[in-house]
Amino acid sequence: MLYSDKVMDHFTNPRNVGELEDANGIGEIGNAKCGDIMKMYLKIEDNIIKDVRFKTFGCGAAIATSSIATEMIKGKPLDEALKLTNKAVIEALDGLPPAKIHCSVLAEQAIKTAISNYYKNQGIDPEPIVGKITEHCHSESCSI
Amino acid sequence: MTKTKIYMDNAATTKLSDKAFEAMVPFLIDSYGNASSIYALGREAQIALTNSRESIAKSLNCEGREIFFTSGGSEADNWAIKGAALQMLKKGKKHIITTEFEHHAVLHVLDGLKKQGFEITYLPVNENGVVKVSDFENAIREDTGFSSIMFVNNEIGTIQPISEIGSICKEKGICFHTDAVQAIGNVKINIKELNVDMLSISAHKIHGPKGVGLLYIRKGLRIPNLIEGGAQEMNRRAGTENIAGIVGFSQALKESVRNLDDKNSRLIRLRDRIIDNFMKIERVHLNGDLEKRVPANLNFSFEGVEGESLLLMLDQKGIAASSGSACTSGSLDPSHVLLALGLPHEVAHGSLRLSMSDLTTEKEVDEVISTVPEIISYLRSFSPLWDHIKENEKNK
Repeated sequence: MLYSDKVMDHFTNPRNVGELEDANGIGEIGNAKCGDIMKMYLKIEDNIIKDVRFKTFGCGAAIATSSIATEMIKGKPLDEALKLTNKAVIEALDGLPPAKIHCSVLAEQAIKTAISNYYKNQGIDPEPIVGKITEHCHSESCSI
Repeated sequence: MTKTKIYMDNAATTKLSDKAFEAMVPFLIDSYGNASSIYALGREAQIALTNSRESIAKSLNCEGREIFFTSGGSEADNWAIKGAALQMLKKGKKHIITTEFEHHAVLHVLDGLKKQGFEITYLPVNENGVVKVSDFENAIREDTGFSSIMFVNNEIGTIQPISEIGSICKEKGICFHTDAVQAIGNVKINIKELNVDMLSISAHKIHGPKGVGLLYIRKGLRIPNLIEGGAQEMNRRAGTENIAGIVGFSQALKESVRNLDDKNSRLIRLRDRIIDNFMKIERVHLNGDLEKRVPANLNFSFEGVEGESLLLMLDQKGIAASSGSACTSGSLDPSHVLLALGLPHEVAHGSLRLSMSDLTTEKEVDEVISTVPEIISYLRSFSPLWDHIKENEKNK
């Protein structure tokens, strides 16, 4: 299994890594049993993602997808960020090995979960806007 | 790209020894004959083959006619198990005993036999990664005809009670095979004292070449062939002999069994230094028994860290190692070996295997000791799982 240079770059020098103290939208997805957890911190002002940070427990691809996803949504309006697909993440990384596709799904879902959390904090029902987020698990033995 | 400077993955494969390489060269260039041919070039190959077989037999304390060269450990395991199973059918037996944490070259063959109607007992291993002889005894049935139990586990390096189990098998008339791929060069192997009917070895784990191994089959034991064709290997394993490989194998084995005790005491010193340092890291586990273990193997789990990212970080520092995390196994679950020890999935995901060899130096060990803790704390600094662990600690 080989990672693209882009994946290795984002793994080695992850962008926007860490926590955001004044985040107003936080989303966590994944679980320890499956081997990956992603947490996104968003600072949203006037429907624009002003700042973003992430924390990830997972493989190289999980770290790289989180990193590039933060770059792709930073400064973007919420409706645009919600349109970010896992396919776009994969393309931006110049591809992912087949076994690692689920990492890009996690990145997409982590962002949606954080945006949902923002709407909830604003007293707005997120479901009509964000849709239902189904917990994604790739392990057969995993009960979730 | 970073180059590997420190090789800590000798359980995966090893560097070819200089002497093995030198011994092989003539058979790759000038002495290229087929050992079955009658002319001088063929005879040279035949002599090299016979000498290698005798030398290997001497190292293992068995007879040359009990050694059958194969393409490696996986072929030897396949042959032993499939062959023994066919023998069992003749005797009307269908029960096989193995362990939960065998190599896939054993487990996957047994999976196939299960589909054909064989009944398999997978012995559990205790949390230290060692099979209990009493569990083996209790698993024996009237129709038990065969057992395959690994000598040394490839991931955690634990040594299994092969000789004891072998003697029970002898008494009960059960055909007994051991996969000794990870044992050879690490523990003394005296086949006569082992009570085994069959034993698999691979050359590339002991600084020999890849693509060559052997199956020891005790004289008097007949199992059907796996590879049919020409009359090579006393009519029992067809295919033109890999003379260069076999010569390299024989040379590597000679070196690997020499001064084994001295080599192991040096490795134990190195190993203990790593253990002393790594055990200072917060929430670390040493996987597998420490006493019943080959000195070259170390296996840790670091909570809150995922194994593949740990390996990639180590790779960037020029250190090659391996992990039992799902992400590195190519499957969806973490290593079946670590799960067999009762490790939770999340702890198994954070495992690191370091496997040393005679070529491992003190300086390399120093670098590993200083690098690993740094990487662990870096990866934990942005691990949500680590945050959860710390929060749970606080709440307790």
